This record gives sequence, C-alpha cells and structure tokens, in this order.
Amino acid sequence: MKLPIYLDNNATTQLDHRVFEVMTPFFLENYGNAASKSHAFGWKAEEAVDYAREQIATLIGANEKEIIFTSGATESNNLAIKGVYEMYAAKGNHFITVSTEHKAVLDACKHLEKLGAEITYLQVGGDGLIKVEQIEEAIKSNTVLVSVMYGNNELGVIQPIREIGKLCNSKGVLFHTDATQTVGKIHVDVLADNIDLMSFTAHKMYGPKGVGALYVRRKNPRVKVTAQMDGGGHERGMRSGTLNVTGIVGFGKACELARLEMESEAKRLSQLRDKLENALLKLEESYVNGSSEHRLPHTTNISFKYVEGEGLMMGIKDIAVSSGSACTSASLEPSYVLKNLGLDDELAHSSLRFGLGRFTTEEEIDYTIDCVTEAVNKLRDMSPLWEMFKEGIDLKSVQWSEH
Amino acid sequence: MAYSDKVVDHYTNPRNIGTLDKSSKTVGTGLVGAPECGDVMRLQIQVNDVTGMIEDAKFKTFGCGSAIASSSLATEWLKGKTIDQALEIDNMDIVEELALPPVKIHCSVLAEDAIRSAINDYRIKQGLEPLVAEKSHH
Ligand SMILES: Cc1ncc(COP(=O)(O)O)c(C=O)c1O
Ligand code: FES
Repeated sequence: MKLPIYLDNNATTQLDHRVFEVMTPFFLENYGNAASKSHAFGWKAEEAVDYAREQIATLIGANEKEIIFTSGATESNNLAIKGVYEMYAAKGNHFITVSTEHKAVLDACKHLEKLGAEITYLQVGGDGLIKVEQIEEAIKSNTVLVSVMYGNNELGVIQPIREIGKLCNSKGVLFHTDATQTVGKIHVDVLADNIDLMSFTAHKMYGPKGVGALYVRRKNPRVKVTAQMDGGGHERGMRSGTLNVTGIVGFGKACELARLEMESEAKRLSQLRDKLENALLKLEESYVNGSSEHRLPHTTNISFKYVEGEGLMMGIKDIAVSSGSACTSASLEPSYVLKNLGLDDELAHSSLRFGLGRFTTEEEIDYTIDCVTEAVNKLRDMSPLWEMFKEGIDLKSVQWSEH
Repeated sequence: MAYSDKVVDHYTNPRNIGTLDKSSKTVGTGLVGAPECGDVMRLQIQVNDVTGMIEDAKFKTFGCGSAIASSSLATEWLKGKTIDQALEIDNMDIVEELALPPVKIHCSVLAEDAIRSAINDYRIKQGLEPLVAEKSHH
C-alpha cells in the first residue's frame, strides 16, 4: 500500500491510464483544429470529437447533438443558468434553486438577481434532501427554470431528480441539474429523468481537468441557451472557442469506461464506504451528515463531535480528505452545505468528507479506519469540550467568550 | 498549506495536556473561544502564592493544529515565569516561534487571551482586581 491515500475523489479524481493512452496522440500528432474543414488534420480532429460526443451521449441516454462542450461544470452551470435567463427573458424571470447547490449555480443566480431575476432558494431538510412538493409550491406563472443538483458534492445525497423532472415537464418549466458528481457514478438517463439541461465534467470521473459538457435537450421541448462566450459560433452557436480536442477525447473514453464499469464499481465502492462508515460510527458521538438512504455509493460525510476537523486532518496526514471546518477555509465560516442541514456550527466544524474512487482498495480503507479512530481518540483526550461532555456539562449552557 | 516543523512537533507531542483542580485557590483557569467558532482553548496555571511563580501549566484545546501548538507552546513558556512575566507573552512571539502563516494568527491570539484569562481567574481568587484593558483583537 502506498501512502498518502487519496480519499478526496469528490474534489477530483486520478486520470485513468486507459484515458491517458487515448489522449496522447492528440497532444503530439493529431493536433488539428476540429473546425478546420479543408484538410485531413481537421477531419481527424473532428472525427475524434464526434466519436467522443457519441461516447458521452451514450452514457447519459442522450443524442450526440445534445452535447455542448465546455471547460468544465462551472462553465456548464453558468451557461445553463445565464443562457436560459437571456434566451427565455420573454417568458419570465423567476428561477428556483436550492441553498445547498454548488457555488457555480448559486453565484450565477446571484449574478442574475442583480440583472433583475427573481430567485427562490429552497431550504433542504435535515437529511439534505428537497421535497418535490416544495418545488411545486414555488413554481409560479413566470417561472422559467428549476435548477437542482443531482448528487451533492459534500454529502453525496441524491435529490429526487426523476420526480422533479416530471413535475417541471408537466408545468412547462425547464429543468437543469448539476450532475457533476453523479454522471459516471450511478446510472443517469436524461430522458427517463426528464432533464432539459445537465452539467457534468470529465475530471470527476477519471478524465482530464478542464473539459466538461452541458447537455441541452433538442426535442420535447427543444431547448436553447444564449451563448455566454461569443466568437466563431462553435457548438451550435451556444459556446464558441476552438475545441479542446485532446481533453474531449479523454472525456469520451472516461464516459465509456464509466458506462462499462459503473455497475460493479458502484457495488464495490458502496461496500467499502459502508465498511468505513460502520467502523467510524462505532466511535462515540459520531454522526453521518445527510441521508444515508438516498446517496451516492462512494461518499460519506461524518462529524466527530468535540474534535475539530482541521486538527483531525492533521492527525491523519497520510490520508487526503476534506472537512467542513472553518479552519480550512479563508473565510472562517464552516461549510454552508452542512449549516443548511440545520447542523450546529460545532458539528460542521467537526466533519470529514470521505470520497472513495476507482483506485481505492480495501487495504486503504482498513488503514483509514485505524488511523482516523486513533486520531479522534487522541484529539478527544486533548479536547476541553470532550472533557466537559464527559462530565455531563451541557455545552449550550456555558457562557462562551465572544470571539 | 504545509505546517512548520514546530507546529507538527507540538501537535504530535503536545506538552502539558491535562487538567488542574479548577476549584483550587492557587489555580487560574482560562476558557476562551467558542465551539461555534471551531476553537476552544482551556489553559490553567498553578501558582505558588508565596513566590508568585507559575509552577505548573496545563491545557486542552479543541481547534486546528496551529491552535493546539499555540497552547502547547504557551504552557511550556508559562512554567517558571512569574505572573508579571507571563503577562508579557505576546501572541506575535508565538506566531514567530511557530512560524504561523497570517490565516493562523488568530490561533495565537486565542492562546494569549487564554493566558490573560487564566491570570485573571487567579487574581480574582486571590482577592485582587482583575486586569483591565484586556487587549481586544477582534
Ligand atoms: C457539484 C459540482 N458542481 C460543479 C463543480 C465544478 O466543476 P469544474 O471543476 O469542472 O468546474 C463541482 C466540482 O467542484 C461540483 O462538485
Ligand atoms: S483554530 Fe481555527 S484556524 Fe486555528
């Protein structure tokens, strides 16, 4: 077993060697511009892009013409949200989204608010999930778009996408989902789910960084977004810019591999995840954040009460994870996603997110269990809060000094 | 961001973790920070009431590695000092010794607050006026 161990696969994933191999010729020999229609260099590039488009479309049950290449999910989210706002301005200006979305969605919405959009931010329940009824109640005559992420990056919880899609479809409202963490991990089908627009990215599924896609439905209804990047009119006029052929080729291969291996991988990872989670929950006062029923197979987010997350990460320095603790952020605010669950700040500070991946082994999970257990116990021995808890002092009754 | 060797050393081998009898007249206890902020430090001093010397110091900290290291270092520095000398410990001394980056300065501030708060507690127990004009850093 090699140290350090990488358990931060929700942040990004390791490039799969098989993906790397198909990419290399496009760095060196096949360097043509996919938009060059007059020579073999261009044709070769275009052919490779078309093939990748098909591989990607197949994974999500789409038609290849419905794939718009972008630089990643951040751009896809921006294009979907701002692009719909501009394209459908005549229809209305009301958008509905959720407070636990990725910043790329939330900040794009904030941007639109400044331009006159009306945005409803729905609150999730304690399990991190939104209810279809909440969306139904929020839809008004001027509602244009509902944007709800598929699997949450911090918690792994999966929103009721199919039901939301059905609702939006019946109300004639467009439905966008940020499926960055979900595509390639579990089966996603844009038709069955009634998704009109969907953002995803290669680097979360063992592909390269800097390439992503926006699925834009072409039939029932035919959806269009106003380009946010003006230029040569690539990607059916929705996203200009010379295509990142090498990245796209890798993205395609990554999607193909995910499609072939997803089912067995999901099973393997959920078993490993459950093993990790069950072992860590044996520690007193440890809690899973978010629904453990509706969840991605490879993610768990656990709070170890009375232990601070960054301090804990330092104690497990051979294991790469992330924490909702404020000490890890420049803003000194704990994770807004955890806060939105109604979690005490204190529990948010005490959380670790484990994101397993294709290259995670059982040996690594066993090592992680031992290491985290030891570190939590060690830090509790030096935690004044743990001591107070053990003495039966209610921490809420203590007069804390303002800080 | 990588931690300095000294922070790692204090984190790995913290000095003086523990608890003194907070009801004793010769023990001063400082409890600063708040759980919601993600950092709580408890620092205690055992003072010889004849010589005014700090004979023992203990801490427990809930916080990041820098906060743990700051309080561990503080207990090390406090031992063998008089109260007056202890009051001279400045958070920037801790920053320098541990090579804390700017985002971690508040962890050292917390340690300085804890020292002053422990001394105050001791003074009050001894029937002395609490220190005034506590530096405000926030
Ligand atoms: C849910 C979600 N949306 C969007 C993004 C942004 O993706 P990208 O890095 O491709 O811009 C991420 C990745 O951090 C994510 O987890
Ligand atoms: S205790 Fe929060 S950054 Fe040190």
